[in-house]
Amino acid sequence: MSEVTLVVNGRKVSGAVEDRTLLVHFLRENLNLTGTHVGCDTSQCGACVVHVDGKAVKSCTMLAVQASGSTVTTIEGLANGADLHPVQAAFKENHGLQCGFCTPGMIMTATDMIRRHPDGLDEATVRAELEGNICRCTGYHNIVKAILAASKTMSKASKSKANKAA
Amino acid sequence: MGMEGVGARVARKEDKRFITGSGRYVDDMVVPGMKHAAFVRSPHAHADIKKIDVKKAEAMPGVIGVLTGKQLKADGIGNLICGWMIHSKDGSPMKMGAWSPLAVDRVRYVGDAVVVVVADTKGQARDAAEAVEITYKERKSVADAVEALGKGAPQLHPEAEGNLIFDWGIGDAAKTEAALKTAAHITRVNIVNNRLVPNAMEPRAALGHYDNAEDHYTCWTTSQNPHVARLVMSAFYNVAPENKLRVIAPDVGGGFGSKIYIYPEEIVCLWASKRTGVPVKWVADRTESFLTDAHGRDHHTTVEMGFDKNNKIVGLKVDTIANLGAYMSLFSSATPTYLYATLLSGQYDIPTIYGNVRTVYTNTAPVDAYRGAGRPEATYVVERTMEIAARELGVSPAELRRTNFVTSFPHQTPVIMCYDAGDYGASLDAAMKQADYAGFAKRKAAAAKKGKLRGIGMSCYIEACGIAPSAAVGSLGAGVGLWESAEVRVNAVGTIEVLTGSHSHGQGHETTFAQLVNSRFGVPLDSVSIVHGDTDKVQMGMGTYGSRSGAVGMSAIVKALDKVEAKAKKIAAHLLEADEGDIVIENGQLKVAGTDKNVPWFQMALAAYTAHNLPQGMEPGLKETAFYDPSNFTFPAGCYICEVEIDPETGKTDIVQFVAADDFGNIINPMIVEGQVHGGIAQGVGQALLEGAVYDASGQLLTASYMDYTMPRADDLPSFQVSTSNTPCPGNPLGMKGCGEAGAIGSPPAVINAITDALGHENLTMPATPQKVWAALRAGTKH
Repeated sequence: MSEVTLVVNGRKVSGAVEDRTLLVHFLRENLNLTGTHVGCDTSQCGACVVHVDGKAVKSCTMLAVQASGSTVTTIEGLANGADLHPVQAAFKENHGLQCGFCTPGMIMTATDMIRRHPDGLDEATVRAELEGNICRCTGYHNIVKAILAASKTMSKASKSKANKAA
Repeated sequence: MGMEGVGARVARKEDKRFITGSGRYVDDMVVPGMKHAAFVRSPHAHADIKKIDVKKAEAMPGVIGVLTGKQLKADGIGNLICGWMIHSKDGSPMKMGAWSPLAVDRVRYVGDAVVVVVADTKGQARDAAEAVEITYKERKSVADAVEALGKGAPQLHPEAEGNLIFDWGIGDAAKTEAALKTAAHITRVNIVNNRLVPNAMEPRAALGHYDNAEDHYTCWTTSQNPHVARLVMSAFYNVAPENKLRVIAPDVGGGFGSKIYIYPEEIVCLWASKRTGVPVKWVADRTESFLTDAHGRDHHTTVEMGFDKNNKIVGLKVDTIANLGAYMSLFSSATPTYLYATLLSGQYDIPTIYGNVRTVYTNTAPVDAYRGAGRPEATYVVERTMEIAARELGVSPAELRRTNFVTSFPHQTPVIMCYDAGDYGASLDAAMKQADYAGFAKRKAAAAKKGKLRGIGMSCYIEACGIAPSAAVGSLGAGVGLWESAEVRVNAVGTIEVLTGSHSHGQGHETTFAQLVNSRFGVPLDSVSIVHGDTDKVQMGMGTYGSRSGAVGMSAIVKALDKVEAKAKKIAAHLLEADEGDIVIENGQLKVAGTDKNVPWFQMALAAYTAHNLPQGMEPGLKETAFYDPSNFTFPAGCYICEVEIDPETGKTDIVQFVAADDFGNIINPMIVEGQVHGGIAQGVGQALLEGAVYDASGQLLTASYMDYTMPRADDLPSFQVSTSNTPCPGNPLGMKGCGEAGAIGSPPAVINAITDALGHENLTMPATPQKVWAALRAGTKH
């Protein structure tokens, strides 16, 4: 057993885990943050994507002990209180989800994708960047649409912020 | 149409919980004292179980119980069954072999459950499962259905000689033979419909809880039809009487057919909970899902379609061998028969058809309905054959189809179905226009300049949804009725709960069903709650599959709303001292038509519950129940056109354009309908280009992870161009047909017709991987 300590969704948490415990299981079972899902055994499907120190990571690919000392954001911590994150809002507005199982991972991946492309995204880039996230319901059509819409909203927001600062 | 009512593009009510991580799936459920199960599964495709030694496993840390099939049988748990009786041509009933939830003396496919281990943690259960020692004596195995029918093939079940489950026919064999003899041209095609794994993103899971004090069971399960699960587990598997078994299907992460069936694991979790005295949860890992979820398709078919000198079809003869795997899953017999061969007429006026279907046991996972269920197989047969025939006859694919379209309704086909409404020419026109079919030659020439091969293909599909009149399916062998139930509860403050036997696992019922209520009574969507998926809340229902929740489930809601409306009008008429025939419901008010006298909806509801001033003899309250049994199937249809570009250097196919023009009848929420079509097309394109379950000669599943089975990813697909041109269904009150499966049904032949158009020959099987296309480019013969 090992002791892990990390900051999850702004809250310091710690726990004793078996060495083999994956980050996703620590989040789901120790912290009851069940929004992060497990859809495969081979780090292919991306239902478990969270942000570790600001970067999208498949939490089934990382041991809980490896994440010790890190800052983790899960789908539960993405919204600002009652205000949805723009990516969450875009998924709802554009019908970017059906059964909802892949959705948390999709949203966390998309958020990171948009962060890495502050000047905006095009369809081909979004499709290529979604390589690590599988959805069986939507045919990706509306997921792509939602990410492009969110990217637009967020780059507008950051530009107007920058303008104000200038 | 109101802002939130029928026809409105309303964002989904259920989305908030899914986008914030608050969805509740079975694996998210925790019950005090809950422990974890792991199954020991057969590593062999076919073997006798000689010895099971659980001693070592029982001594492992955290282990609570290690249970075997012998114990399960001793406790009287029944075998799994197939619930649809099919008779062979000679009148003999289908040959159903025994399927014990835990194998007792023989295993028949890799993944067959043999032992269950219950332990404190999932990890401990898995560790102990590894320590169970089972001695097997291997038998010869067979994975291919054609080989399984051959002489000397290994025999799976003593009940089914030669591995033949049934040899069934539909239509008129003699008339069809005679018609083919008169044909000016016969198109002959051999078709393989590749085996698929449904792959809902949420793996199957079950949590069984036996309450000793109450002698009562609760099962949380990933089910598309929890009431059917309760019925079957109670009536056939002897788990518990219905009144002592509650089945809950909470949020379910996709189904596509694979979560219709009752699998060994939920039975075992309930039984193991009683045996061990603790709640038992099992969650499949992805490889377990690949090995044990019911697979789809897997047909071998030969087709002969005869044409007269005017290119009119004179007859169609189809011979199919369908692989049903190692055991007969719950609806496995219906999928390659009444859901397949009854659609062989396609959109065409065919005077005579004969379909012969042989179903076969093999040492593979059970095969059952997967999105489309029989109808994709039928559409692939008909639409590949039509395209090939057009090429052979030297006419355009569109012209050959137009020549043969059914144009007047109702139309009785030679294979049971009676099409009620449609306009196939309209869908074809819409699709060709959208796809700029006329401009294809130019695009092909431009592609050739870049060194690419461009092809175009179409598919005009029809399907039967809204399954179906109970008496009709009963006469065809169904073990259940296929009606739906609804209960509408108007609360004292006027808010409404709709309890439905349909089950939403991505389809958006919480929104569309509420839109219907909004249209009827003007109650805001936010004041309407849809309740489903719990046998303690909803009395009975048949669940969601076969695109039936709109045409059947919502029709039941309409019937219940009719009853609510009638009583509400009586109450309002009494309060307003008017005639109930003069009351109309508008904008959330019950009004006396043509006057300004009205009572708001919520006041009428309150009056129903205070009961201070109701019409003489009226019972208080406002709650109505209805059961709806459809009068016919519904017949969605449409035309899909796919355009591809192939890189001859690599064989890689890019779908450069995909157009879908569908006729779904009336639509409640176009946004949700489009989403269903997108997802269906992705699965159909997956079948055509990427997906295929592959067993090796020893019965090992080679494609048992996402590293090996190619799921469509975002960069494998284009954005789709979808539209609808609708003819309302005359058979149900809302005029709906169903849209859940069309995409998966219509798209595979469109894709393959496009690729073979580019290749210039027909020698290509699905999935058309780069390797196969590359080889086909070099080996093929010109058509």
